[in-house]
Amino acid sequence: MDGTYKRGSWEEVMDWFRKRSLWMLHYCTGCGAIELPPTMTSRYDMGRFGISPMATPRQADLLLVTGYLSTKTLRRLIYTYEQMQDPKFVIGFGSCAINGGMYWDSYNTIKQLDKYLPVDLYIAGCMPRPEAILDGFLELRDRIESGKADGYKKYKKNFEYYQKNQEAVLGEVQRTQ
Amino acid sequence: MGLGVKITSRIQKRYGPPFYQPYINVMKLFSKDAITHGFIFDFGTIMAFGGIIATLFFIPIGNWSLYSMNGTILLVVYLMAISSLGMAMATVGSGNPLSSIGISRALTLMLGYELPYIVILFGLIYKYRTSSIVGLVEAQGISWNLFVLPIAAIIAFTALLGMMGKKPFDAPVAPSEIGSGPVVEYGGKFMGMLMLQHAIAIVVEVGLFVNLFLGGADNIFFFVLKMFIVWAIAVMINAIAPRYRVEQGVLFYWKWPLIIAIVQVLFIIF
Repeated sequence: MDGTYKRGSWEEVMDWFRKRSLWMLHYCTGCGAIELPPTMTSRYDMGRFGISPMATPRQADLLLVTGYLSTKTLRRLIYTYEQMQDPKFVIGFGSCAINGGMYWDSYNTIKQLDKYLPVDLYIAGCMPRPEAILDGFLELRDRIESGKADGYKKYKKNFEYYQKNQEAVLGEVQRTQ
Repeated sequence: MGLGVKITSRIQKRYGPPFYQPYINVMKLFSKDAITHGFIFDFGTIMAFGGIIATLFFIPIGNWSLYSMNGTILLVVYLMAISSLGMAMATVGSGNPLSSIGISRALTLMLGYELPYIVILFGLIYKYRTSSIVGLVEAQGISWNLFVLPIAAIIAFTALLGMMGKKPFDAPVAPSEIGSGPVVEYGGKFMGMLMLQHAIAIVVEVGLFVNLFLGGADNIFFFVLKMFIVWAIAVMINAIAPRYRVEQGVLFYWKWPLIIAIVQVLFIIF
């Protein structure tokens, strides 16, 4: 959908605000969660970019998938994603979310997160250092401003594709809303 | 509020977000989608927001005051409760167990801090023989209540910490235990409305304290300055204090501040 539509100026103004206030929900599945506290606290201080942790999916804009996902966790992750309100973004942490990483031949982990949820940005590394995480957040800010971070629109548009992949792994997925 | 966040960050040796961050947050929240949980949820949110705006009309800010009749102080105390009850209604509407826990903690804590505060208020009303806020401000004149009745001022400040949900008494909104309490199910525009409600509530509560104990102010600039000093002290306490459990908080309020408040009022009366 690149270039096929033009964003209105209202959307651009709103993206300016969205970019500067990202509330994240960190879904701590794997080892990536341990890199977040130093990123939040005094040493690296992500708060100066307006990024702050939130406790519930309803309030959050940004879903962090930190590390590998087991098949069981995927279901909870999908529920969490669908509970978030609409301009919402997903960041995949580490190589596990990209292609399975060190769990490439495991029988019960999800290899490609992209098949099941629309990922806006991957941060490579095993695990990414706090510097890499901050760099990823800044990249996401640029993408939001230029309107390229539209994973939630893709999710609605290609819903059958994602649903097919999800149900291939999980069986039936109960939609909450 | 943004300056409060900045102070907290500085105490924690961080740089912190820019001071206009709350405005950005609110604009972003109003640009988001929102999901409702039925009529009671909507109505409770509007009631909380409307209740606090109605309260704001009765607080004299600097030399602006809409109402100067007797009894405004009692009216303000009642109207502040409306806002909390609106939150409670919205919580019932959302049906989330965590938010029920949160709001039950909030109302329990309200029982705790309202009691010493009311005792102090009655003491003031008895001393100056007027129950209008403007009258109380004028009666103080140059000798502030902070210096005339220092113990009462300290107790009112303790109650103020509980009203604003600051750190020793922030059991209702505990992000790490119960997922930020009453606001669990709020998203998007509802959350924005609630953040505005919280900001106005702080203005109302701190403004009431400034009027009662710091002698109000002649113009809006000094009023805001006094409010900012009170608010900064509250934020500093918030940044370094741990959290009481809710029954510890209520027990604390009913033990020392209440006893001291009653003794203070007895001194005023006799």
